[in-house]
Amino acid sequence: MKRLLALLALIAVHATAAGFDYALAPRQIAPDTWVLEGAQEDFSFANGGRIVNTAFVVTPAGVVVIDSGPSRQYGEQTVAAIARITDQPIVKVWITHHHPDHFLGNQAFAPKTLGALARTLTDIETEGKAFNENMYRLVGDAMRDTEVVVPTEALVAGIVDIGGHRFELLALDGHTAGDLAVLDHSTGVLFAGDLVFHDRTPTTPHATIARWLNSLDVLEALPFKHVVPGHGPVAADAGPIRQTRDYLKWLDGLLTQSAAAGLDMTEVMRLPLPKLFRQMAVIDAEFPRSVSHLYPAAEEAALHVSSHPAKH
Amino acid sequence: MPALPRLAVLGLALWSALAIAEPDPLDSARWGDMRAQLFAAEATVVFDPRVSVTGPLTAEDAMNVPIAVDATALPEVVEVLVFADFNPITKVLAFRPKAARAELAFRIKLQQSSPVRAAARTADGVWHVGGTWVITTGGGCTVPSTGSASPEWQRRLNEVSGRIWSRPEGNRVRLRIIHPMDTGLAASIPAFYIEQLAITDGQQRVLMEIDAFEPVSENPLFTLDLPPTVTDLVSVQITGRDNNGNKVNAQVER
Ligand SMILES: [Zn+2]
Repeated sequence: MKRLLALLALIAVHATAAGFDYALAPRQIAPDTWVLEGAQEDFSFANGGRIVNTAFVVTPAGVVVIDSGPSRQYGEQTVAAIARITDQPIVKVWITHHHPDHFLGNQAFAPKTLGALARTLTDIETEGKAFNENMYRLVGDAMRDTEVVVPTEALVAGIVDIGGHRFELLALDGHTAGDLAVLDHSTGVLFAGDLVFHDRTPTTPHATIARWLNSLDVLEALPFKHVVPGHGPVAADAGPIRQTRDYLKWLDGLLTQSAAAGLDMTEVMRLPLPKLFRQMAVIDAEFPRSVSHLYPAAEEAALHVSSHPAKH
Repeated sequence: MPALPRLAVLGLALWSALAIAEPDPLDSARWGDMRAQLFAAEATVVFDPRVSVTGPLTAEDAMNVPIAVDATALPEVVEVLVFADFNPITKVLAFRPKAARAELAFRIKLQQSSPVRAAARTADGVWHVGGTWVITTGGGCTVPSTGSASPEWQRRLNEVSGRIWSRPEGNRVRLRIIHPMDTGLAASIPAFYIEQLAITDGQQRVLMEIDAFEPVSENPLFTLDLPPTVTDLVSVQITGRDNNGNKVNAQVER
């Protein structure tokens, strides 16, 4: 443990000297459309919180950014990476939801360009500060000078035309209480936010699984050609949507059955995982977390409220 | 003094010194304090792998860290004390297994990463200590309960829900009590927690007694297992009180 701390301190010192370089290399996945793909890992000092996918679309009327990333430096390096590709100004930064790796890069962008669903604005206001402090603990100096910036514009579902790109904003929920998905009808690229994970175990700290499954049905019915998940590789089919659905259904069923069988939370956390899901990144860390988030409700449903006082 | 007894005395002294210096398997800087504060100086306290404490390696929610204690590998366990070295209030709970098996699962609040330990006292008076480290970003003890901020808990205070399961290895009982379990460490919220619980069967036989302390999580949920000798369990009664004198009194059917 002491050795680990010393090593972490050493890494922190190096980062301080040079600033944290995310080495962002945008990858074009469709006309006008670039993705910055994050590592399929947990937050760490080494990855600086870059476990998330962010993206941007270059139009003749300016650049649309999807999610600002985990830190101020990530946001600033995104702006620099965009400037290497186009002279167009950044006109919109759409934040998919209030999780820290998706919005803590906001400082790098003009406040008037930042938008999110109304529920996301509220949740960033109430929970953003605690998320930011936690991120300092988890990824260290890469977070340097990062502060919470609440987006100004409350986005609503509907079509937004920017430079000939027909963006459809979808106001969904389930991963959190406010999940924005964006379909660019001009290219067929669906930016799914964290409603979709791919080969990376979904996270559930604010999840409502039934709502999430509804949202996945909505997404699968859309006419998309590429799906950009919040975490994990971009795909050209509905595979990631189905994988996320399969995992959530399995998780929900397992928790319900375990509670009905009287299992304690410590026992559920140690249940063997199906081979199918063992192949997803970081499942050994995410599964017990999900049990912690979701099992209490399953337990409550399985217990009978006592109406009889004891007789003496 | 003859040579042999003198050697024996020397040997005993050396043995005691070694016993005192027995290294803490969890290598915690607080173990010495725990030994001094929680156990009588003359008590025999040994580290014993037969006492297992199961918890998550990393706790996602410092307010609700699931812990399972199992001392069933020991003979004749009279009492089990659970504590967390680095908590501002170290004592979590104590339970006396009575007719139940010497194991109990529950959830606790952790203020920071800490060993969570169980000390099981056997009938010969010896304390057997086992434990595990739980890593957490913490804050669990100085955060107000959600109940203390909600008007609903007052109406439901000490409401019990539960269920009994038949299993091949014996009956399992799970009990949940609505209670804020405030530690008194959050600003301007006084300590308010369940202190005593007794779980009995239909024949007034005591299955388990639990003394709870502040670090037990809000709305405590206990999982206890009974030996196969406890048969025909159709209901359990749970009685007790919190530190303000409010009574817990409920019956849970199968
Ligand atoms: Zn998320």
